[in-house]
Amino acid sequence: MGKDKNKTSKSPVVLFVGEEKEPLFSKKNRELLSDPLNDNNPITVQVLGICSALAITVQLKPSIVMAIAVMFVMAFGNIIISLIRNLIPNRIRIIVQLVVVAALVILVDQILKAFAYDVSKQLAVFVGLIITNCIVMGRLEAFALGNGVWKSFLDGIGNAAGYGLILIAVAFFRELLGSGKLLGYEILGHKGVTMAESTGLYALGYENNGLMLLSPMALITVGVIIWVQRSRNRKLIEKN
Amino acid sequence: MDYVNLFVRSIFIENMIFAYFLGMCSYLAVSKTVKTAVGLGAAVIFVLFVTVPLNYLLDNYLLRPGALAWLGEEYANIDLSFLSLIMFIAVVASMVQLVEMIVEKFAPALYGALGIFLPLIAVNCAILGGSLFMQQKDFSAVSEAAVYGLGSGIGWFLAILAIAAIREKITYSNVPAPLRGLGITFIITGLMALGFMSFMGIKL
Repeated sequence: MGKDKNKTSKSPVVLFVGEEKEPLFSKKNRELLSDPLNDNNPITVQVLGICSALAITVQLKPSIVMAIAVMFVMAFGNIIISLIRNLIPNRIRIIVQLVVVAALVILVDQILKAFAYDVSKQLAVFVGLIITNCIVMGRLEAFALGNGVWKSFLDGIGNAAGYGLILIAVAFFRELLGSGKLLGYEILGHKGVTMAESTGLYALGYENNGLMLLSPMALITVGVIIWVQRSRNRKLIEKN
Repeated sequence: MDYVNLFVRSIFIENMIFAYFLGMCSYLAVSKTVKTAVGLGAAVIFVLFVTVPLNYLLDNYLLRPGALAWLGEEYANIDLSFLSLIMFIAVVASMVQLVEMIVEKFAPALYGALGIFLPLIAVNCAILGGSLFMQQKDFSAVSEAAVYGLGSGIGWFLAILAIAAIREKITYSNVPAPLRGLGITFIITGLMALGFMSFMGIKL
């Protein structure tokens, strides 16, 4: 991060957005992107968007697709809501938000069905559940309703990246320890029927931990990730 | 017998929280005390019980391919299933709004107790998830959908009640500081889910 800061301060980008006399990547705007990765992570700190995070993390590939889908929905949802934020009557804002998000999710769903049918089958209902993914609604409600378009866009990307980061971390451990593969490639060697036919770690008697493939281990993995994150970042520790 | 089957299956074997992790956000956020957990759980049971059969009717008479055949021959080929997400969420949002108005009018005390959690049900993944699973399962009658909705609601209720009770007790234990709050709740939920997996082998 330190390197980036030096770069942008040496060559100030003087693109103005609207009336705000603020460079496109000012310090504040960069924080919008970087904050959700650690200090304000949507999953481990804000407790948003857990449902889908856990169910699809058995393998790395669907998790990456999911992270990209959520990033798309959040970025454009934030842009659209932020554009029309002054036109939405306060009382029906939840329905308006839901309709915007639902339209985007349908788009993602149809695109996935057309270009990545296997993954779309694997994700099943969870693509649809992006609509009720609290991270999307939560950021719309908390940020896009009160901020300009560019900032909302950055906030959407940042939060989706923080979400994707945890998703990919969980999926990495689950796929590696559970089936000894990453993205479908056999990382730890090939497991044959007998030990003589096996290669890599399996030849030494290594066994896959089938428990990691079961859904409860996703919860425990996230719990451990929270543990590690909070012991490195003491200010996140809750009082009780 | 089939209904009992479906009912027990949707409560224990296909538990919304422990098997599918749906509705986790409010499950984690609202489970600090038993009282609020019970209120939210009851509201979830009700909304699931109403929206799943409603969405079943919508799906079967409006959305799925050939569903419009009752309008006449020329409509038999129309496939509106791409609209199902938006229709389902609209039903859920309007039902939640309706429930909110009814509770506010007839039970103001309960309304005050539930507070913000009532409108939050609209974005509870368990509710929309119930409808989407209903669509996947191809139930043959609306009563099956109703039983499924009721069962999964009760399953969610039991789960949030259990974790809330555990969290009330765990405040007296000496949990490692970085794990306090969210972290330990995740791990406990994971262990509970492992326990619930013992139902998986049961054939009903």
